[in-house]
Amino acid sequence: MHELSIVMSIVETAEEKVKENHAHSVEEIDLVIGDLAGIDSEALDFAWDSAVKNTVLQKAKRNIIHVPAKAKCLECDCEFEIKDQFDACPLCGEPLLQIIQGKELQIKSMIIN
Amino acid sequence: MCATCGCDSETKVSIHRTNQHNPLSLENITFTPIEAKPTTLPNGRKQLDLEQDILLKNNLLAERNRGYFMAKNVVAFNLVSSPGSGKTSLLEKTLLDLKEQENFFVIEGDQQTSNDADRIAATQVPVVQINTGKGCHLDSSMIWEAIQQLKPIENSILFIENIGNLVCPAMFDLGEQKRVLIISVTEGDDKPLKYPDMFQSSQLCVINKIDLLPYVKFDLENVKKYARIINPSIQFIELSCTSGEGISTWYEWLKKEVVEQTPIAV
Ligand SMILES: Nc1nc2c(ncn2[C@@H]2O[C@H](COP(=O)(O)OP(=O)(O)O)[C@@H](O)[C@H]2O)c(=O)[nH]1
Ligand SMILES: [Mg+2]
Ligand SMILES: [Zn+2]
Ligand SMILES: [Zn+2]
Ligand SMILES: [Zn+2]
Repeated sequence: MHELSIVMSIVETAEEKVKENHAHSVEEIDLVIGDLAGIDSEALDFAWDSAVKNTVLQKAKRNIIHVPAKAKCLECDCEFEIKDQFDACPLCGEPLLQIIQGKELQIKSMIIN
Repeated sequence: MCATCGCDSETKVSIHRTNQHNPLSLENITFTPIEAKPTTLPNGRKQLDLEQDILLKNNLLAERNRGYFMAKNVVAFNLVSSPGSGKTSLLEKTLLDLKEQENFFVIEGDQQTSNDADRIAATQVPVVQINTGKGCHLDSSMIWEAIQQLKPIENSILFIENIGNLVCPAMFDLGEQKRVLIISVTEGDDKPLKYPDMFQSSQLCVINKIDLLPYVKFDLENVKKYARIINPSIQFIELSCTSGEGISTWYEWLKKEVVEQTPIAV
């Protein structure tokens, strides 16, 4: 359950930012999570509920922006969306891909008050 | 007597147990990356556009560890596997066979027990144990704290045995030079399909327990084929900690790594 440590580091950053800005709490937080970032959404929800209690994030509205996975074929250079890392290139059929999108794991923004 | 855990630091080998009371606490260190100025919203609210990597702190601290290792010419290996693949067995054998030739240090990650650290201590190699409790991976701050206690000497080799888990240790850089993934032939040859991130982030895959190959259905070529799709440069070493077959290839790999990491004297 690394989702718990992920949420804990989000809480840590949020606490820091709220303090820095002399605010009280976070109203809204936007997270960017790539489809290949290794985050299980159910586990994330579960970890979120237990980890934000009594923190500045307790009442925050959480928005998740999902980023679809994209890869570039190492043979023919074409770019395309993939479902998993074993997909083959739809043009030339080569399985050697470079992931170019979908591993994001970011706090995009926060609204604090 | 060691002030941290009360052990007798005169004896050559000791197991230190890391916990909260570390001298160089990280709690007061904050990282403030450059970010856009807050936008003021109505009712005294503010919007912060952070665009900040959630693993930023871990990654920055991992770089600090890496810098420490490079400065002291310590070659650090992060050993990852499922539970029971043979991380501790490989360490025990390696330490016993090579400890006269190289200076070794070990960090043992374990959720509850000290069994593995005790096994390492029995080889007379200095070891620090990190108990993570429910935590299913080591992170770079744990390693930072552990090396304050372990104090690996210059020109040494540091092995870090991670928690038995192929999912989240893949996300946490510890500052190691190389990540060594250990699988065993009793686990099924579809491991790369199930844990692509770990295969992608490791430089070497040790296939252990080949003494059991006659008894199990395990296709070595399948594993390699799948693993190379996600990581074309991953290397493989097949061995058995029990019979010793293939172990010399592992030792050669280790020695080559150490030589390559050693800065050329000027
Ligand atoms: N047959 C066989 N058993 C092994 C081999 N290497 C380790 N084992 C056994 O596998 C079990 C788990 O090993 P251990 O080193 O504790 O795994 P770890 O959890 O990855 O540290 C132990 O019972 C070992 O004796 C091997 O090469 N062949
Ligand atoms: Mg072990
Ligand atoms: Zn996990
Ligand atoms: Zn192609
Ligand atoms: Zn974990």
